[in-house]
Amino acid sequence: MVFGSVFFQRESAMPQLSISKSMTSGESGLAALFAVTAFLCVIAAAKALDAPFAFHASLGALASIAAVFFIINNYYDRPAALPAQEINGRPNYNMGPIKFSSFMAMFWGIAGFLVGLIIASQLAWPVLNFDLPWIQFGRLRPLHTSAVIFAFGGNVLLATSFYVVQKSCHVRLAGYLAPWFVVVGYNFFILIAGTGYLLGVTQSKEYAEPEWYADLWLTIVWVTYLLVFLVTIIKRKEPHIFVANWFYLAFIVTIAVLHLGNNPALPVSFLGSKSYIAWGGIQDAMFQWWYGHNAVGFFLTAGFLAIMYYFIPKRAERPIYSYRLSIIHFWALIFLYIWAGPHHLHYTALPDWTQTLGMTFSIMLWMPSWGGMINGLMTLSGAWDKLRTDPVLRMLVVSVAFYGMSTFEGPMMSIKVVNSLSHYTDWTIGHVHSGALGWVGFVSFGALYCLVPWAWNRKGLYSLKLVNWHFWIATLGIVLYISAMWVSGILQGLMWRAYTSLGFLEYSFIETVEAMHPFYVIRAAGGALFLIGALIMAYNLWMTVRVGEQEVQMPVALQPAE
Amino acid sequence: MSFWTRHQVFEKNSIILVVGILLVVAIGGLVEITPLFYLKSTIEVVDGVRPYTPLELAGRNIYVREGCYLCHSQMIRPLRDEVERYGHFSLAAESMFDHPFQWGSKRTGPDLARVGAKYSDDWHVTHLTNPRAIVPQSVMPGYPFLASTEVDPETIADHMRTLRTVGVPYTDDQIANAAADMKAQADPDNAGADAFTKRYAKAVVRNFDGKSGTPTEMDALIAYLQMLGTLVDFKLYNEKANLR
Repeated sequence: MVFGSVFFQRESAMPQLSISKSMTSGESGLAALFAVTAFLCVIAAAKALDAPFAFHASLGALASIAAVFFIINNYYDRPAALPAQEINGRPNYNMGPIKFSSFMAMFWGIAGFLVGLIIASQLAWPVLNFDLPWIQFGRLRPLHTSAVIFAFGGNVLLATSFYVVQKSCHVRLAGYLAPWFVVVGYNFFILIAGTGYLLGVTQSKEYAEPEWYADLWLTIVWVTYLLVFLVTIIKRKEPHIFVANWFYLAFIVTIAVLHLGNNPALPVSFLGSKSYIAWGGIQDAMFQWWYGHNAVGFFLTAGFLAIMYYFIPKRAERPIYSYRLSIIHFWALIFLYIWAGPHHLHYTALPDWTQTLGMTFSIMLWMPSWGGMINGLMTLSGAWDKLRTDPVLRMLVVSVAFYGMSTFEGPMMSIKVVNSLSHYTDWTIGHVHSGALGWVGFVSFGALYCLVPWAWNRKGLYSLKLVNWHFWIATLGIVLYISAMWVSGILQGLMWRAYTSLGFLEYSFIETVEAMHPFYVIRAAGGALFLIGALIMAYNLWMTVRVGEQEVQMPVALQPAE
Repeated sequence: MSFWTRHQVFEKNSIILVVGILLVVAIGGLVEITPLFYLKSTIEVVDGVRPYTPLELAGRNIYVREGCYLCHSQMIRPLRDEVERYGHFSLAAESMFDHPFQWGSKRTGPDLARVGAKYSDDWHVTHLTNPRAIVPQSVMPGYPFLASTEVDPETIADHMRTLRTVGVPYTDDQIANAAADMKAQADPDNAGADAFTKRYAKAVVRNFDGKSGTPTEMDALIAYLQMLGTLVDFKLYNEKANLR
């Protein structure tokens, strides 16, 4: 019930003459659809060929029944008229789904960082695998990557995109149930994917591990997401589409294309979890890294650049530095990124021409990336002094600095000779995390610190001091993490190729594993600091919502005497 | 009209913007991926590569299920140290029947593309059960549960049929005898062992986990590991003909 009061504030509809209440076609259609889904899921659970599929079908049945109940219950509770598009000439913004996604982002963030800490510790102390199937490294690693990228990052993108599109278009979010379907449906996908990994359900394509039925569900949710976002833009009150919305659109559209391209699979049975991917060998490898690199390019870059283009100007109270630069930045970035995938396959059996193309475009990608960084940083022109007083803005700006750093490192690592050393080592892990923790993590934290007071209608955060603590603890964690991985990665790469004076390989493989131990310990320590920072943040946001509420409840008492 | 004014067509029309995005992001993928399906030089012409036996396929599925690819690559690069450490660099042809591919992206452990026939079955059983019993510095998880879990010979034919639909050339004969072949490969005394080896060239029949009865997941995984990289005979491989 605490949840209910947090997310659902009774929408104040325009006072209207009494109109007879009836279900919208969306309500009745969706309720019927979920009822059918529940029925099908029960049958699937009963006839399932394997236990994980039975479990997931049961979850599907429970969720569908809950959805039917929610829709009908909501119908009886709501006023006859749907929420007004405008109240007193101002858009009646829809904040419920945004609040829900913000909450889930924080929840999954902490879960994902925690699993990251566990698997980092498993690499330092393998006894922590406990010889159990469900919690050994190979099953927890996809849980970590999916939890931080798709669960944490995805919910941040859902929350911010629904907020930004409404505010920048000056209209209420399109749809009545559709936005809720998107945010709840997406988190149900995460639940299916995550529990699947622990039970050994995976198609083993990195960052696309969920099996066919989870992929199908995600497709439905994602198309709805695109529709809600696009229709909101179509009914905008502003003549121009704001630049952040271009990036959100590119992210939503391209992720749909990538998801469909990388995941066509044929299930062994429609009553079992296992499927085989349509692509084989070299084509599968190319499809996978076309997808994999652009999950970085469009999920973790384009989407979060949209956040940069809205939240940094807003927080700094300065206009975006250059409008023309943002146009060039946008088109150059989305055109070049798509080509970069083959740099994950340097010196493999992929033909040389593809590798060279991938490397060339990866190097060119440095330019739009830094164009975007400059656009973000220069927005601070005339407001740099705010970095001293506003730790939230500092977090946002440092995230752009990390973006600049990792988008320099990436093109460098895509050069074949550099890649021959870095590939297969921890250097890649370090590179990913300077982008993930520094850029995606910090820009998300900064955005949530802005968004939570805005969405819950609070004056400000509970404590800026705690934001400051979060900033410094997390920064220290990142520095420990990435420097440990750089050293271990380059060390291991050099040890693999070291020769004695007699022309023999100098180190056995296991000697290079042994040399990694101290760095794995330092990395785990860095991850622990990052997690502690996130816990401080969760407390701060929770108090912002809770304490702020008390203030709203007694405004009269706080009125000064006149 | 300046370029910047012209750009407003995207800024004022959401559908044109979406179409623009779709066109721009389609180009790179089309240029890089489509030729891989029809350029003849993409996959080398090699003798010996065959689809996995039923037991190997079950083992491969365990390899996928446990996420082995997250720490072990199966792709030897044509670099001096890798060729000396692991063997001949990997060919595209060697993974052409792999759905999904298992090239990997990280070597927390060594490459496994040619681990086949490198160690004894006993070594693998001990190592998979407790890696540190054999390699004290190893950070690999232990998989003792594989030895006590049986594989299901009855459903493997469905898997092979699915794979055939996506392009793996299993014969009717191979699919019809899948269950029997699976049992035969893990049991040298099995009457069907000879027929099995005729259906799958270079397949090895051994009691991989050293225990009798229905093959276990340990049998399956070791059967898979022991065939990795053994199918192509590099004494006969024509390097010049496949120069790309």
